[in-house]
Amino acid sequence: MIDALTEFADRLPGMQETLYYGTLDTLYMVLWATVFSVLFGLPLGVLLVTTERGGLTPAPWLKPVLGAVVNIGRSLPFIVLMVAVLSLTRLLTGTTLGPTAAIVPLSIGAVPFFARLVETAVREVDRGVVEAAHAMGTRKSAIVGKVLLPEALPGLVAALVMTVVTLVSYSAMAGAIGGGGLGDVAIREGYQRFDDHYLWATVILLVVIVQAAQTIGDLVIRRVSHR
Amino acid sequence: MIEAVDLHKVYPVNKRRVVALDGVDLSVEQGEVYGVVGQSGAGKSTLLRCVNLLERPTSGRVVVDGRDMTALGAADLRRARRRIGMVHQHFALLSSRTVAGNIAFPLENAGVPRRRRGARVAELLDLVGLGDKAKAYPAQLSGGQKQRVGIARALASDPAVLLSDEATSALDPDTTESILELLRDLNRELGLTILLITHEMDVIKRICDSAAIMESGTFLESGKVLDLIATPGSRLASSLFPLPPTDAPDSVAVTYPRAYDEPLMSELTRRFGVDVNILAGAVEQVAGTSVGRLNVQIQGERRDGALRFLTDKGLLVQEAGR
Ligand SMILES: Nc1ncnc2c1ncn2[C@@H]1O[C@H](COP(=O)(O)OP(=O)(O)OP(=O)(O)O)[C@@H](O)[C@H]1O
Ligand SMILES: [Mg+2]
Repeated sequence: MIDALTEFADRLPGMQETLYYGTLDTLYMVLWATVFSVLFGLPLGVLLVTTERGGLTPAPWLKPVLGAVVNIGRSLPFIVLMVAVLSLTRLLTGTTLGPTAAIVPLSIGAVPFFARLVETAVREVDRGVVEAAHAMGTRKSAIVGKVLLPEALPGLVAALVMTVVTLVSYSAMAGAIGGGGLGDVAIREGYQRFDDHYLWATVILLVVIVQAAQTIGDLVIRRVSHR
Repeated sequence: MIEAVDLHKVYPVNKRRVVALDGVDLSVEQGEVYGVVGQSGAGKSTLLRCVNLLERPTSGRVVVDGRDMTALGAADLRRARRRIGMVHQHFALLSSRTVAGNIAFPLENAGVPRRRRGARVAELLDLVGLGDKAKAYPAQLSGGQKQRVGIARALASDPAVLLSDEATSALDPDTTESILELLRDLNRELGLTILLITHEMDVIKRICDSAAIMESGTFLESGKVLDLIATPGSRLASSLFPLPPTDAPDSVAVTYPRAYDEPLMSELTRRFGVDVNILAGAVEQVAGTSVGRLNVQIQGERRDGALRFLTDKGLLVQEAGR
Protein backbone atom coordinates (compact mmCIF):
# COMPACT_ATOMS: atom_id res chain seq x y z
CA MET A 1 0.00 0.00 0.00
CA ILE A 2 2.69 2.46 1.06
CA ASP A 3 4.72 1.39 -1.94
CA ALA A 4 1.82 1.99 -4.27
CA LEU A 5 1.29 5.47 -2.82
CA THR A 6 4.95 6.42 -3.13
CA GLU A 7 4.99 5.20 -6.68
CA PHE A 8 1.83 7.25 -7.39
CA ALA A 9 3.43 10.35 -5.83
CA ASP A 10 6.55 9.86 -7.94
CA ARG A 11 4.44 9.74 -11.10
CA LEU A 12 2.53 12.96 -10.32
CA PRO A 13 5.01 15.50 -11.74
CA GLY A 14 4.97 13.63 -15.04
CA MET A 15 1.17 13.56 -15.20
CA GLN A 16 0.82 17.14 -14.03
CA GLU A 17 0.42 18.88 -17.36
CA THR A 18 -2.09 16.43 -18.81
CA LEU A 19 -4.15 16.52 -15.62
CA TYR A 20 -3.97 20.31 -15.45
CA TYR A 21 -5.34 20.80 -18.96
CA GLY A 22 -7.89 18.02 -18.44
CA THR A 23 -9.18 19.81 -15.33
CA LEU A 24 -9.33 23.14 -17.14
CA ASP A 25 -11.30 21.58 -19.99
CA THR A 26 -13.73 19.96 -17.57
CA LEU A 27 -14.28 23.22 -15.69
CA TYR A 28 -14.69 25.07 -18.98
CA MET A 29 -17.35 22.65 -20.25
CA VAL A 30 -19.20 22.49 -16.94
CA LEU A 31 -19.14 26.26 -16.47
CA TRP A 32 -20.58 27.08 -19.87
CA ALA A 33 -23.13 24.30 -19.73
CA THR A 34 -24.20 25.63 -16.31
CA VAL A 35 -24.60 29.12 -17.76
CA PHE A 36 -26.84 27.79 -20.54
CA SER A 37 -28.79 25.59 -18.12
CA VAL A 38 -29.66 28.63 -16.03
CA LEU A 39 -30.38 30.77 -19.06
CA PHE A 40 -32.90 28.31 -20.48
CA GLY A 41 -33.78 26.07 -17.54
CA LEU A 42 -34.76 28.84 -15.11
CA PRO A 43 -37.48 30.38 -17.32
CA LEU A 44 -38.59 26.91 -18.36
CA GLY A 45 -38.93 25.79 -14.74
CA VAL A 46 -40.83 28.95 -13.78
CA LEU A 47 -43.15 28.50 -16.78
CA LEU A 48 -43.86 24.92 -15.73
CA VAL A 49 -45.37 26.36 -12.55
CA THR A 50 -47.03 29.53 -13.83
CA THR A 51 -48.71 28.04 -16.91
CA GLU A 52 -50.70 25.45 -15.00
CA ARG A 53 -54.40 25.91 -14.29
CA GLY A 54 -54.94 28.44 -11.53
CA GLY A 55 -51.34 29.61 -11.91
CA LEU A 56 -49.97 33.09 -12.51
CA THR A 57 -50.19 32.90 -16.32
CA PRO A 58 -52.43 29.92 -17.03
CA ALA A 59 -51.87 28.39 -20.50
CA PRO A 60 -53.58 25.02 -20.66
CA TRP A 61 -52.07 24.25 -24.08
CA LEU A 62 -48.49 25.29 -23.27
CA LYS A 63 -48.06 23.45 -20.00
CA PRO A 64 -48.35 19.90 -21.46
CA VAL A 65 -46.04 20.84 -24.34
CA LEU A 66 -43.34 22.12 -21.98
CA GLY A 67 -43.84 19.11 -19.75
CA ALA A 68 -43.40 16.73 -22.68
CA VAL A 69 -40.24 18.48 -23.90
CA VAL A 70 -38.72 18.28 -20.44
CA ASN A 71 -39.69 14.64 -20.05
CA ILE A 72 -38.14 13.67 -23.36
CA GLY A 73 -34.91 15.44 -22.40
CA ARG A 74 -34.95 13.77 -19.00
CA SER A 75 -35.60 10.25 -20.26
CA LEU A 76 -32.74 10.10 -22.81
CA PRO A 77 -29.56 8.58 -21.38
CA PHE A 78 -26.86 11.23 -21.75
CA ILE A 79 -24.63 9.05 -23.89
CA VAL A 80 -27.50 8.55 -26.38
CA LEU A 81 -28.40 12.23 -26.33
CA MET A 82 -24.80 13.13 -27.15
CA VAL A 83 -24.85 11.04 -30.28
CA ALA A 84 -28.36 12.12 -31.22
CA VAL A 85 -27.49 15.82 -31.27
CA LEU A 86 -24.20 15.45 -33.16
CA SER A 87 -25.45 17.28 -36.25
CA LEU A 88 -26.78 20.15 -34.13
CA THR A 89 -23.41 20.30 -32.37
CA ARG A 90 -21.63 20.57 -35.72
CA LEU A 91 -24.06 23.24 -36.84
CA LEU A 92 -23.47 25.35 -33.74
CA THR A 93 -19.75 24.87 -33.14
CA GLY A 94 -18.41 23.65 -36.49
CA THR A 95 -17.02 20.47 -34.97
CA THR A 96 -18.05 17.44 -32.94
CA LEU A 97 -14.79 17.08 -31.06
CA GLY A 98 -13.31 18.94 -28.14
CA PRO A 99 -14.66 20.69 -25.07
CA THR A 100 -16.47 23.49 -26.95
CA ALA A 101 -18.44 20.95 -28.99
CA ALA A 102 -19.29 19.08 -25.77
CA ILE A 103 -20.98 22.17 -24.33
CA VAL A 104 -23.91 21.63 -26.73
CA PRO A 105 -25.03 18.16 -25.57
CA LEU A 106 -24.13 19.01 -21.96
CA SER A 107 -26.44 22.04 -22.03
CA ILE A 108 -29.23 20.16 -23.77
CA GLY A 109 -28.97 17.39 -21.19
CA ALA A 110 -28.88 19.73 -18.19
CA VAL A 111 -31.60 22.23 -19.17
CA PRO A 112 -34.55 19.85 -18.55
CA PHE A 113 -32.87 18.50 -15.43
CA PHE A 114 -32.41 21.97 -13.97
CA ALA A 115 -35.89 23.04 -15.14
CA ARG A 116 -37.55 20.23 -13.16
CA LEU A 117 -35.59 21.17 -10.04
CA VAL A 118 -36.53 24.84 -10.51
CA GLU A 119 -40.17 23.81 -10.89
CA THR A 120 -40.06 21.97 -7.58
CA ALA A 121 -38.35 24.86 -5.79
CA VAL A 122 -40.80 27.46 -7.13
CA ARG A 123 -43.78 25.26 -6.31
CA GLU A 124 -42.69 25.22 -2.67
CA VAL A 125 -43.24 28.98 -2.34
CA ASP A 126 -46.06 29.68 0.11
CA ARG A 127 -49.29 30.28 -1.81
CA GLY A 128 -50.39 32.68 0.90
CA VAL A 129 -47.44 34.95 0.14
CA VAL A 130 -48.26 34.96 -3.56
CA GLU A 131 -51.87 35.78 -2.75
CA ALA A 132 -50.76 38.59 -0.44
CA ALA A 133 -48.72 40.00 -3.31
CA HIS A 134 -51.81 39.94 -5.54
CA ALA A 135 -53.79 41.66 -2.81
CA MET A 136 -51.16 44.42 -2.78
CA GLY A 137 -51.70 45.06 -6.47
CA THR A 138 -48.40 43.54 -7.63
CA ARG A 139 -47.89 43.07 -11.37
CA LYS A 140 -47.14 39.56 -12.63
CA SER A 141 -43.54 40.28 -13.58
CA ALA A 142 -42.89 41.54 -10.04
CA ILE A 143 -44.56 38.48 -8.56
CA VAL A 144 -42.03 36.34 -10.42
CA GLY A 145 -39.06 38.63 -9.82
CA LYS A 146 -39.75 39.79 -6.27
CA VAL A 147 -41.74 36.95 -4.78
CA LEU A 148 -41.36 33.58 -6.52
CA LEU A 149 -37.63 33.70 -7.29
CA PRO A 150 -36.36 35.32 -4.06
CA GLU A 151 -38.60 33.10 -1.91
CA ALA A 152 -37.36 30.01 -3.78
CA LEU A 153 -33.71 31.13 -3.78
CA PRO A 154 -32.32 28.55 -1.32
CA GLY A 155 -34.01 25.79 -3.35
CA LEU A 156 -32.74 27.30 -6.58
CA VAL A 157 -29.15 27.32 -5.33
CA ALA A 158 -29.51 23.69 -4.24
CA ALA A 159 -30.84 22.90 -7.73
CA LEU A 160 -27.86 24.66 -9.27
CA VAL A 161 -25.41 22.61 -7.19
CA MET A 162 -27.13 19.38 -8.22
CA THR A 163 -26.94 20.45 -11.83
CA VAL A 164 -23.23 21.26 -11.61
CA VAL A 165 -22.54 17.88 -10.00
CA THR A 166 -24.53 16.13 -12.72
CA LEU A 167 -22.70 18.12 -15.38
CA VAL A 168 -19.34 17.02 -13.98
CA SER A 169 -20.38 13.40 -14.43
CA TYR A 170 -21.91 14.07 -17.88
CA SER A 171 -18.68 15.84 -18.91
CA ALA A 172 -16.67 12.76 -18.01
CA MET A 173 -18.95 10.77 -20.32
CA ALA A 174 -18.50 13.38 -23.03
CA GLY A 175 -14.78 12.68 -22.76
CA ALA A 176 -15.44 9.14 -23.90
CA ILE A 177 -16.47 10.31 -27.36
CA GLY A 178 -13.80 12.93 -27.78
CA GLY A 179 -15.18 15.73 -25.66
CA GLY A 180 -11.94 16.37 -23.84
CA GLY A 181 -11.51 17.01 -20.12
CA LEU A 182 -10.78 14.61 -17.28
CA GLY A 183 -13.04 11.92 -18.73
CA ASP A 184 -10.93 11.98 -21.86
CA VAL A 185 -7.74 11.68 -19.79
CA ALA A 186 -9.15 8.73 -17.86
CA ILE A 187 -10.15 6.91 -21.04
CA ARG A 188 -7.09 7.63 -23.15
CA GLU A 189 -4.31 7.48 -20.57
CA GLY A 190 -5.89 5.28 -17.94
CA TYR A 191 -8.10 2.78 -19.73
CA GLN A 192 -6.50 2.41 -23.14
CA ARG A 193 -2.91 2.40 -21.85
CA PHE A 194 -3.67 0.42 -18.68
CA ASP A 195 -2.19 3.25 -16.56
CA ASP A 196 -3.94 3.04 -13.16
CA HIS A 197 -2.20 6.15 -11.91
CA TYR A 198 -4.06 8.31 -14.40
CA LEU A 199 -7.31 6.68 -13.35
CA TRP A 200 -6.67 7.38 -9.67
CA ALA A 201 -5.66 10.95 -10.35
CA THR A 202 -8.74 11.73 -12.45
CA VAL A 203 -11.02 10.13 -9.86
CA ILE A 204 -9.44 12.24 -7.13
CA LEU A 205 -9.77 15.43 -9.19
CA LEU A 206 -13.42 14.73 -10.08
CA VAL A 207 -14.25 14.08 -6.42
CA VAL A 208 -12.52 17.33 -5.44
CA ILE A 209 -14.48 19.32 -8.04
CA VAL A 210 -17.82 17.85 -6.92
CA GLN A 211 -16.94 18.33 -3.27
CA ALA A 212 -15.98 21.96 -3.88
CA ALA A 213 -19.22 22.68 -5.73
CA GLN A 214 -21.24 21.14 -2.89
CA THR A 215 -19.36 23.01 -0.17
CA ILE A 216 -19.63 26.37 -1.86
CA GLY A 217 -23.30 25.70 -2.59
CA ASP A 218 -24.04 24.84 1.03
CA LEU A 219 -22.34 28.03 2.17
CA VAL A 220 -24.38 30.13 -0.24
CA ILE A 221 -27.62 28.38 0.76
CA ARG A 222 -26.92 29.16 4.40
CA ARG A 223 -26.38 32.80 3.48
CA VAL A 224 -29.57 33.23 1.46
CA SER A 225 -31.93 31.17 3.63
CA HIS A 226 -33.83 33.15 6.26
CA ARG A 227 -36.46 30.61 7.22
CA MET B 1 -67.07 52.65 2.00
CA ILE B 2 -67.68 49.02 1.05
CA GLU B 3 -70.93 48.07 -0.67
CA ALA B 4 -71.58 44.55 -1.86
CA VAL B 5 -74.86 43.78 -3.52
CA ASP B 6 -76.32 40.31 -3.93
CA LEU B 7 -72.98 38.52 -4.01
CA HIS B 8 -72.97 34.94 -5.18
CA LYS B 9 -69.92 32.71 -5.43
CA VAL B 10 -70.12 29.18 -6.74
CA TYR B 11 -67.09 26.90 -6.96
CA PRO B 12 -67.26 24.03 -9.39
CA VAL B 13 -65.72 21.03 -7.62
CA ASN B 14 -65.61 17.80 -9.65
CA LYS B 15 -68.79 18.62 -11.58
CA ARG B 16 -70.55 19.53 -8.33
CA ARG B 17 -71.31 23.09 -7.32
CA VAL B 18 -70.17 24.38 -3.96
CA VAL B 19 -72.11 27.52 -3.09
CA ALA B 20 -69.81 29.62 -0.92
CA LEU B 21 -71.79 32.88 -1.11
CA ASP B 22 -75.53 32.77 -1.57
CA GLY B 23 -76.74 36.34 -1.93
CA VAL B 24 -74.80 38.52 0.52
CA ASP B 25 -75.53 42.23 0.90
CA LEU B 26 -72.79 44.01 2.80
CA SER B 27 -72.61 47.67 3.68
CA VAL B 28 -69.64 49.01 5.60
CA GLU B 29 -69.66 52.69 6.47
CA GLN B 30 -66.67 55.02 6.31
CA GLY B 31 -64.66 54.86 9.53
CA GLU B 32 -66.32 51.89 11.17
CA VAL B 33 -65.05 48.50 12.24
CA TYR B 34 -67.27 45.83 10.73
CA GLY B 35 -66.99 42.25 11.89
CA VAL B 36 -68.27 39.11 10.21
CA VAL B 37 -68.61 36.05 12.44
CA GLY B 38 -69.57 32.55 11.52
CA GLN B 39 -68.69 28.89 11.71
CA SER B 40 -65.97 27.34 9.64
CA GLY B 41 -67.10 27.01 6.03
CA ALA B 42 -69.73 29.75 6.32
CA GLY B 43 -68.09 31.64 3.47
CA LYS B 44 -66.37 34.40 5.45
CA SER B 45 -63.01 34.21 3.70
CA THR B 46 -64.71 33.95 0.33
CA LEU B 47 -66.67 37.13 1.08
CA LEU B 48 -63.52 39.00 2.10
CA ARG B 49 -61.63 37.80 -0.97
CA CYS B 50 -64.49 38.98 -3.15
CA VAL B 51 -64.10 42.50 -1.77
CA ASN B 52 -60.64 42.96 -3.31
CA LEU B 53 -61.46 40.59 -6.16
CA LEU B 54 -58.87 37.98 -5.17
CA GLU B 55 -61.92 35.88 -5.93
CA ARG B 56 -64.25 37.06 -8.68
CA PRO B 57 -67.87 36.78 -7.56
CA THR B 58 -70.05 34.61 -9.79
CA SER B 59 -72.60 37.39 -9.73
CA GLY B 60 -73.20 40.61 -7.81
CA ARG B 61 -71.39 43.89 -7.48
CA VAL B 62 -68.66 45.13 -5.14
CA VAL B 63 -68.05 48.84 -4.71
CA VAL B 64 -65.10 49.99 -2.59
CA ASP B 65 -64.51 53.67 -1.97
CA GLY B 66 -66.81 54.56 -4.85
CA ARG B 67 -65.10 52.24 -7.32
CA ASP B 68 -66.94 49.31 -8.86
CA MET B 69 -64.32 46.61 -8.35
CA THR B 70 -66.12 44.05 -10.47
CA ALA B 71 -65.96 46.34 -13.52
CA LEU B 72 -62.22 47.11 -13.41
CA GLY B 73 -59.65 45.85 -15.93
CA ALA B 74 -56.44 44.19 -14.75
CA ALA B 75 -54.31 47.35 -14.46
CA ASP B 76 -57.05 49.39 -12.78
CA LEU B 77 -57.78 46.51 -10.43
CA ARG B 78 -54.12 46.43 -9.35
CA ARG B 79 -54.26 50.16 -8.69
CA ALA B 80 -57.51 49.83 -6.73
CA ARG B 81 -56.06 46.99 -4.63
CA ARG B 82 -53.23 49.25 -3.51
CA ARG B 83 -55.87 51.31 -1.70
CA ILE B 84 -57.14 48.22 0.13
CA GLY B 85 -54.89 46.80 2.83
CA MET B 86 -55.14 43.14 3.74
CA VAL B 87 -54.00 41.30 6.84
CA HIS B 88 -53.71 37.52 6.74
CA GLN B 89 -54.21 34.82 9.34
CA HIS B 90 -50.79 33.29 8.66
CA PHE B 91 -49.11 36.66 8.14
CA ALA B 92 -47.97 35.92 4.55
CA LEU B 93 -44.68 37.79 4.93
CA LEU B 94 -41.82 37.32 2.49
CA SER B 95 -39.26 35.18 4.29
CA SER B 96 -36.58 36.44 1.92
CA ARG B 97 -37.00 40.05 3.01
CA THR B 98 -36.34 41.85 6.26
CA VAL B 99 -39.14 43.50 8.19
CA ALA B 100 -38.30 46.81 6.51
CA GLY B 101 -38.18 45.10 3.11
CA ASN B 102 -41.60 43.56 3.65
CA ILE B 103 -43.15 46.89 4.57
CA ALA B 104 -41.46 48.54 1.59
CA PHE B 105 -42.97 46.00 -0.84
CA PRO B 106 -46.29 47.77 -1.47
CA LEU B 107 -44.42 51.08 -1.75
CA GLU B 108 -42.28 49.60 -4.53
CA ASN B 109 -45.47 48.49 -6.26
CA ALA B 110 -46.76 52.02 -6.12
CA GLY B 111 -43.50 53.39 -7.53
CA VAL B 112 -42.51 55.38 -4.44
CA PRO B 113 -38.84 56.46 -4.82
CA ARG B 114 -36.29 54.76 -2.57
CA ARG B 115 -35.56 57.71 -0.31
CA ARG B 116 -39.19 58.32 0.55
CA ARG B 117 -39.71 54.59 1.07
CA GLY B 118 -37.16 54.55 3.89
CA ALA B 119 -38.85 57.38 5.74
CA ARG B 120 -42.30 55.85 5.33
CA VAL B 121 -41.11 52.44 6.52
CA ALA B 122 -39.58 53.98 9.65
CA GLU B 123 -42.84 55.81 10.32
CA LEU B 124 -44.89 52.63 9.95
CA LEU B 125 -42.54 50.63 12.16
CA ASP B 126 -43.04 53.20 14.90
CA LEU B 127 -46.79 53.14 14.37
CA VAL B 128 -46.94 49.39 15.07
CA GLY B 129 -44.31 49.53 17.81
CA LEU B 130 -41.51 47.67 16.04
CA GLY B 131 -39.01 50.51 15.66
CA ASP B 132 -36.07 48.26 16.59
CA LYS B 133 -36.90 45.32 14.31
CA ALA B 134 -36.33 46.87 10.87
CA LYS B 135 -33.41 44.57 10.02
CA ALA B 136 -34.84 41.35 11.46
CA TYR B 137 -36.17 38.59 9.23
CA PRO B 138 -39.73 37.31 9.78
CA ALA B 139 -38.37 33.98 11.03
CA GLN B 140 -36.80 35.83 13.95
CA LEU B 141 -40.11 37.34 15.13
CA SER B 142 -42.91 36.12 17.38
CA GLY B 143 -46.40 35.62 15.97
CA GLY B 144 -47.62 38.92 17.37
CA GLN B 145 -44.63 40.77 15.94
CA LYS B 146 -45.17 39.14 12.56
CA GLN B 147 -48.77 40.29 12.54
CA ARG B 148 -47.65 43.83 13.41
CA VAL B 149 -45.40 43.72 10.36
CA GLY B 150 -48.38 42.44 8.37
CA ILE B 151 -50.45 45.37 9.57
CA ALA B 152 -47.69 47.89 8.85
CA ARG B 153 -47.35 46.46 5.35
CA ALA B 154 -51.11 46.68 4.82
CA LEU B 155 -51.05 50.34 5.87
CA ALA B 156 -48.00 51.31 3.82
CA SER B 157 -49.86 52.57 0.78
CA ASP B 158 -52.33 54.63 2.82
CA PRO B 159 -55.34 52.42 2.21
CA ALA B 160 -58.86 53.64 2.76
CA VAL B 161 -59.91 50.18 3.85
CA LEU B 162 -58.28 47.38 5.79
CA LEU B 163 -59.41 43.79 5.30
CA SER B 164 -58.49 41.29 7.97
CA ASP B 165 -59.02 37.54 7.67
CA GLU B 166 -58.70 36.01 11.13
CA ALA B 167 -55.76 38.26 11.93
CA THR B 168 -55.62 37.05 15.51
CA SER B 169 -56.58 33.38 15.15
CA ALA B 170 -53.00 32.17 15.17
CA LEU B 171 -52.11 34.20 18.27
CA ASP B 172 -52.35 33.62 22.02
CA PRO B 173 -54.92 35.58 24.07
CA ASP B 174 -52.57 38.32 25.31
CA THR B 175 -51.16 38.91 21.85
CA THR B 176 -54.67 38.85 20.38
CA GLU B 177 -55.61 41.55 22.87
CA SER B 178 -52.70 43.79 21.83
CA ILE B 179 -53.34 43.32 18.10
CA LEU B 180 -57.05 44.14 18.53
CA GLU B 181 -56.07 47.24 20.48
CA LEU B 182 -53.75 48.25 17.66
CA LEU B 183 -56.53 47.82 15.09
CA ARG B 184 -58.93 49.84 17.23
CA ASP B 185 -56.33 52.62 17.61
CA LEU B 186 -55.68 52.70 13.88
CA ASN B 187 -59.41 52.91 13.27
CA ARG B 188 -59.76 55.84 15.70
CA GLU B 189 -56.59 57.74 14.84
CA LEU B 190 -56.45 57.28 11.08
CA GLY B 191 -60.18 56.96 10.50
CA LEU B 192 -59.41 53.64 8.86
CA THR B 193 -62.40 51.55 7.80
CA ILE B 194 -61.87 47.94 8.84
CA LEU B 195 -63.71 44.86 7.61
CA LEU B 196 -62.65 41.89 9.67
CA ILE B 197 -63.51 38.26 9.80
CA THR B 198 -63.41 36.16 12.89
CA HIS B 199 -64.94 33.12 14.49
CA GLU B 200 -64.59 34.63 17.96
CA MET B 201 -67.53 36.57 19.42
CA ASP B 202 -65.04 38.23 21.67
CA VAL B 203 -63.47 40.09 18.75
CA ILE B 204 -66.88 41.48 17.76
CA LYS B 205 -67.55 42.57 21.30
CA ARG B 206 -64.16 44.25 21.68
CA ILE B 207 -63.72 46.32 18.57
CA CYS B 208 -66.65 46.19 16.17
CA ASP B 209 -69.18 48.95 15.55
CA SER B 210 -71.19 46.78 13.18
CA ALA B 211 -71.39 43.07 12.69
CA ALA B 212 -72.92 40.32 10.65
CA ILE B 213 -73.53 36.70 11.49
CA MET B 214 -72.85 34.46 8.56
CA GLU B 215 -74.07 30.93 7.89
CA SER B 216 -74.05 28.83 4.71
CA GLY B 217 -73.13 31.76 2.51
CA THR B 218 -75.71 34.24 3.79
CA PHE B 219 -76.02 36.88 6.51
CA LEU B 220 -78.45 35.77 9.19
CA GLU B 221 -78.42 39.25 10.66
CA SER B 222 -76.35 42.38 10.22
CA GLY B 223 -76.19 45.95 11.41
CA LYS B 224 -74.87 48.13 14.22
CA VAL B 225 -73.83 45.96 17.13
CA LEU B 226 -75.80 48.07 19.60
CA ASP B 227 -78.91 47.89 17.41
CA LEU B 228 -78.55 44.15 17.01
CA ILE B 229 -78.28 43.74 20.74
CA ALA B 230 -81.60 45.53 21.10
CA THR B 231 -83.30 43.49 18.42
CA PRO B 232 -85.70 40.85 19.70
CA GLY B 233 -84.41 37.36 19.11
CA SER B 234 -81.00 38.56 17.92
CA ARG B 235 -78.51 35.75 17.66
CA LEU B 236 -75.72 38.21 18.17
CA ALA B 237 -77.24 39.46 21.41
CA SER B 238 -77.74 35.98 22.77
CA SER B 239 -74.20 35.01 21.80
CA LEU B 240 -72.75 38.10 23.42
CA PHE B 241 -75.02 37.83 26.46
CA PRO B 242 -75.85 34.23 27.02
CA LEU B 243 -78.72 34.74 29.48
CA PRO B 244 -80.59 31.60 30.46
CA PRO B 245 -84.13 31.40 29.06
CA THR B 246 -86.86 32.04 31.59
CA ASP B 247 -90.40 30.79 32.11
CA ALA B 248 -91.09 33.21 34.93
CA PRO B 249 -94.33 35.12 34.33
CA ASP B 250 -94.22 38.85 33.56
CA SER B 251 -90.50 38.82 32.89
CA VAL B 252 -88.80 41.15 30.44
CA ALA B 253 -85.33 41.43 28.96
CA VAL B 254 -83.90 44.86 29.64
CA THR B 255 -80.87 46.05 27.69
CA TYR B 256 -78.81 48.96 28.96
CA PRO B 257 -77.19 50.40 25.81
CA ARG B 258 -74.86 52.43 28.04
CA ALA B 259 -73.84 52.77 31.66
CA TYR B 260 -76.36 54.57 33.94
CA ASP B 261 -75.48 56.48 37.09
CA GLU B 262 -79.07 56.51 38.38
CA PRO B 263 -80.45 53.66 40.44
CA LEU B 264 -83.16 52.87 37.91
CA MET B 265 -84.54 49.72 39.49
CA SER B 266 -85.08 51.19 42.93
CA GLU B 267 -86.69 54.25 41.35
CA LEU B 268 -88.98 51.86 39.53
CA THR B 269 -90.18 50.24 42.73
CA ARG B 270 -90.60 53.60 44.44
CA ARG B 271 -92.50 55.38 41.65
CA PHE B 272 -94.66 52.57 40.33
CA GLY B 273 -95.01 50.32 43.30
CA VAL B 274 -94.00 47.25 41.30
CA ASP B 275 -92.05 44.25 42.48
CA VAL B 276 -88.76 43.81 40.68
CA ASN B 277 -86.97 40.49 40.71
CA ILE B 278 -83.69 40.15 38.86
CA LEU B 279 -83.42 36.68 37.32
CA ALA B 280 -80.16 36.96 35.38
CA GLY B 281 -77.80 39.61 34.14
CA ALA B 282 -74.57 40.42 32.41
CA VAL B 283 -72.51 43.52 31.74
CA GLU B 284 -70.07 43.67 28.86
CA GLN B 285 -67.93 46.19 27.06
CA VAL B 286 -69.42 46.32 23.57
CA ALA B 287 -68.39 48.70 20.79
CA GLY B 288 -66.62 50.80 23.38
CA THR B 289 -69.61 51.17 25.69
CA SER B 290 -70.73 49.27 28.74
CA VAL B 291 -73.77 47.33 27.77
CA GLY B 292 -75.85 45.41 30.28
CA ARG B 293 -78.63 42.96 29.86
CA LEU B 294 -80.99 41.79 32.55
CA ASN B 295 -83.79 39.33 32.72
CA VAL B 296 -86.16 40.84 35.27
CA GLN B 297 -89.55 39.93 36.52
CA ILE B 298 -91.73 43.05 36.97
CA GLN B 299 -95.09 42.56 38.63
CA GLY B 300 -97.72 45.00 39.88
CA GLU B 301 -100.71 47.10 38.89
CA ARG B 302 -98.69 49.78 37.17
CA ARG B 303 -96.39 47.42 35.25
CA ASP B 304 -97.11 49.08 31.89
CA GLY B 305 -96.17 52.49 33.24
CA ALA B 306 -93.01 51.05 34.70
CA LEU B 307 -91.98 49.56 31.36
CA ARG B 308 -92.71 52.86 29.60
CA PHE B 309 -90.54 54.63 32.19
CA LEU B 310 -87.62 52.32 31.34
CA THR B 311 -88.12 52.84 27.62
CA ASP B 312 -88.22 56.59 28.12
CA LYS B 313 -84.93 56.37 29.98
CA GLY B 314 -83.41 54.88 26.81
CA LEU B 315 -83.41 51.25 27.88
CA LEU B 316 -84.52 48.57 25.47
CA VAL B 317 -87.31 46.51 26.89
CA GLN B 318 -88.79 43.42 25.41
CA GLU B 319 -91.17 40.87 26.79
CA ALA B 320 -89.18 37.72 27.39
CA GLY B 321 -90.06 34.14 26.91
CA ARG B 322 -91.41 34.33 23.39
N1 LIG C 1 -61.11 27.54 -4.02
C1 LIG C 1 -62.18 26.83 -3.62
N2 LIG C 1 -62.62 25.79 -4.34
C2 LIG C 1 -63.69 25.09 -3.95
N3 LIG C 1 -64.41 25.32 -2.84
C3 LIG C 1 -64.03 26.34 -2.07
C4 LIG C 1 -62.88 27.15 -2.40
N4 LIG C 1 -62.73 28.09 -1.45
C5 LIG C 1 -63.73 27.87 -0.56
N5 LIG C 1 -64.51 26.84 -0.92
C6 LIG C 1 -65.70 26.34 -0.20
O1 LIG C 1 -66.54 27.42 0.07
C7 LIG C 1 -67.09 27.35 1.37
C8 LIG C 1 -66.75 28.59 2.15
O2 LIG C 1 -65.35 28.64 2.39
P1 LIG C 1 -64.65 29.82 3.18
O3 LIG C 1 -63.19 29.57 3.14
O4 LIG C 1 -65.13 31.11 2.66
O5 LIG C 1 -65.19 29.59 4.65
P2 LIG C 1 -64.81 30.36 5.99
O6 LIG C 1 -66.07 30.87 6.56
O7 LIG C 1 -63.74 31.32 5.74
O8 LIG C 1 -64.28 29.17 6.89
P3 LIG C 1 -63.07 29.15 7.95
O9 LIG C 1 -63.60 29.78 9.19
O10 LIG C 1 -62.80 27.70 8.13
O11 LIG C 1 -61.92 29.89 7.35
C9 LIG C 1 -66.54 26.07 1.96
O12 LIG C 1 -67.51 25.07 1.80
C10 LIG C 1 -65.33 25.76 1.14
O13 LIG C 1 -65.12 24.37 1.07
MG1 LIG D 1 -61.65 31.47 6.34
